[in-house]
Amino acid sequence: MPYRLDDYVSIVGAQVIDELRLIAEKAKGLTVQNVNSTAVGGGVAEILNRMVPFLQELGINAKWDVIKGGEKFYKVTKKFHNALHGSREEITPEDFTVFLETGEMNCKAMELEGDILFIHDPQPITLINQKDRKNAKWIWRCHIDVSNPDQRVWSFLRPFIDRYDTAVFSAPSFSQELPIRQFLISPSIDPLSDKNKELSDDTIEKVLERFKIDLEKPIVTQISRFDYLKDPLGVIEAFELVERNIDCQLILAGGEATDDPESVEVLAKVRERAARNPNIHVLAIPSGSDIEINAIQRASTVIIQKSVKEGFGLTVSEALWKGKPTVASAVGGITLQVSHKYSGLLCHSIEGAAHAVKQLLQNPEYARKLGENGREHIRQNFLLTRHLRDYILLFLSLQRSGDVIQL
Amino acid sequence: MRGGSPLANLSRAKEPFRFVSQVHLKELTGLKARKLSELAYHLKTVNGSVIYYHTHHFLQQHQFLSPEPPNDFAYWVTEALQNKKLGEKLSSINICQFTSIRALREKLVAVIENDLAGGKQDRAFAGEGEEFHFIKAVSFAFPVPYAAFDLKEFSDVLRKITIHSIYYHVFEARIRLEKPSNDFSLWMEKELGEAELAQKISRLDPYTYTMEGLRAKIIRLIETRLSEGEAL
Repeated sequence: MPYRLDDYVSIVGAQVIDELRLIAEKAKGLTVQNVNSTAVGGGVAEILNRMVPFLQELGINAKWDVIKGGEKFYKVTKKFHNALHGSREEITPEDFTVFLETGEMNCKAMELEGDILFIHDPQPITLINQKDRKNAKWIWRCHIDVSNPDQRVWSFLRPFIDRYDTAVFSAPSFSQELPIRQFLISPSIDPLSDKNKELSDDTIEKVLERFKIDLEKPIVTQISRFDYLKDPLGVIEAFELVERNIDCQLILAGGEATDDPESVEVLAKVRERAARNPNIHVLAIPSGSDIEINAIQRASTVIIQKSVKEGFGLTVSEALWKGKPTVASAVGGITLQVSHKYSGLLCHSIEGAAHAVKQLLQNPEYARKLGENGREHIRQNFLLTRHLRDYILLFLSLQRSGDVIQL
Repeated sequence: MRGGSPLANLSRAKEPFRFVSQVHLKELTGLKARKLSELAYHLKTVNGSVIYYHTHHFLQQHQFLSPEPPNDFAYWVTEALQNKKLGEKLSSINICQFTSIRALREKLVAVIENDLAGGKQDRAFAGEGEEFHFIKAVSFAFPVPYAAFDLKEFSDVLRKITIHSIYYHVFEARIRLEKPSNDFSLWMEKELGEAELAQKISRLDPYTYTMEGLRAKIIRLIETRLSEGEAL
């Protein structure tokens, strides 16, 4: 059964939900048309799946449509995605043509209606070509880390971006100097989802037993895809530095992406490297194993997120929400989630990560305090109720000017 | 309780205190600093709402940290530039003593420029990903359905409003809307003639409390006053 806002009262407090309703009152009746490139799979679809029903519950006429594109188009947009993340990609003039042609086709096929047209990510960006014939406000919501984009792709997209009324990014470092207003809206986690809800000790133990994890030994865990950007080999090195002084075990767990050749390669390397050490558990589990991931996080003594680059890194919010002492690289959106020495420890190197993990394992009181602070920080700032509030404020900001707005 | 009408000696306002709450949306400026001189450069020219954001958002976002440094400049200079001495100077700026963003900006710039004057401190660069990003606060204020005519009603409401509402009346009203004191004190003095209580609340340094701590402190002050009223 889908959740209602009242289900969140016990988590964030009745006052927060009441305020959300008061604010939403001012946006009641607005039609907000969301457009992205996929209805299932991927973070954006996951967010829209949760947000659209809640916006509707609050009286906002939220809609969601998906553009159409062929295999060629999605190959190009995947390349664009990687290039915007800063990876080197072979991009040909034909790729740009494919992108524009599909954009043109969608522009003709989809007649957008609404007070606010909320376009997510680069795939549907050319829908802005309808702007002149619509009396609507246009938002471009960028979910990607564009702090260091490939300039060919970025310059190609810029004329489209510049025509929107507002852009939204997930972290301050993703913003660029643009001629339009830009807002910072961080993503969020759903505390009632399978990945984050409370679990019984029994459920947790059963999951650990299934994966043959020793329940008596401290557990250090990284949850992530098997991807070089998540530095799983660096995590193993850091763990082995810790292990010199403390008897503990490492879990590297993440979704299995058999369709991604890089992921298969990284997983093979990690397995090879881990084979020498019986205290390292490499768990490639099917994507969607949310209860398992939740249980592993809850059973962990310390959670690590040693990413080299990170879009936002919501696994950090997931760990903190579970009150777990966390060590994470100071990259991307992670620095918004972890304030060094207050809600976790930030690191910049393998040695730094090892030192931080040791500090937490050897000082359980300190670790507990950081974990508690982390949980409160997530409660205030990274739950979906805050996300919902930010979206409504964003809609309201389009119709009002000034820095202090009286609603 | 003593006597038949214990609170009869406390006044009732003609105009009630109407509670307002407020939330922020963060606007990105695209401006960033990698070293101290760049921080000073932008500090002089950015919109006042940027200074306001970086000196106040900690209060609502990191409630559990207080009395840790309440401003982003101090945190960044300490953690990213490893300039602990300047970080300490910036964090010890008594924001409570400033009644306008303009005056606060001047103070921040003066402290940083004083540090830069020797020419030695500008060698430190923030590492990649640790640049200072200037963010602007866009505030949305809205009435909440609570009003109080006397101190008893006032403390009852104070228990149930969000920290955002307390924040609005104590911080936003004073430094951003440039009122002579916080909204609570102004109303108590004008409408209830409670000059002494108003003064006590006004004298608090709200920057050294967590928002929940501040709520509890103000309630305590009001309850003390109410029990004095009962004793009369």
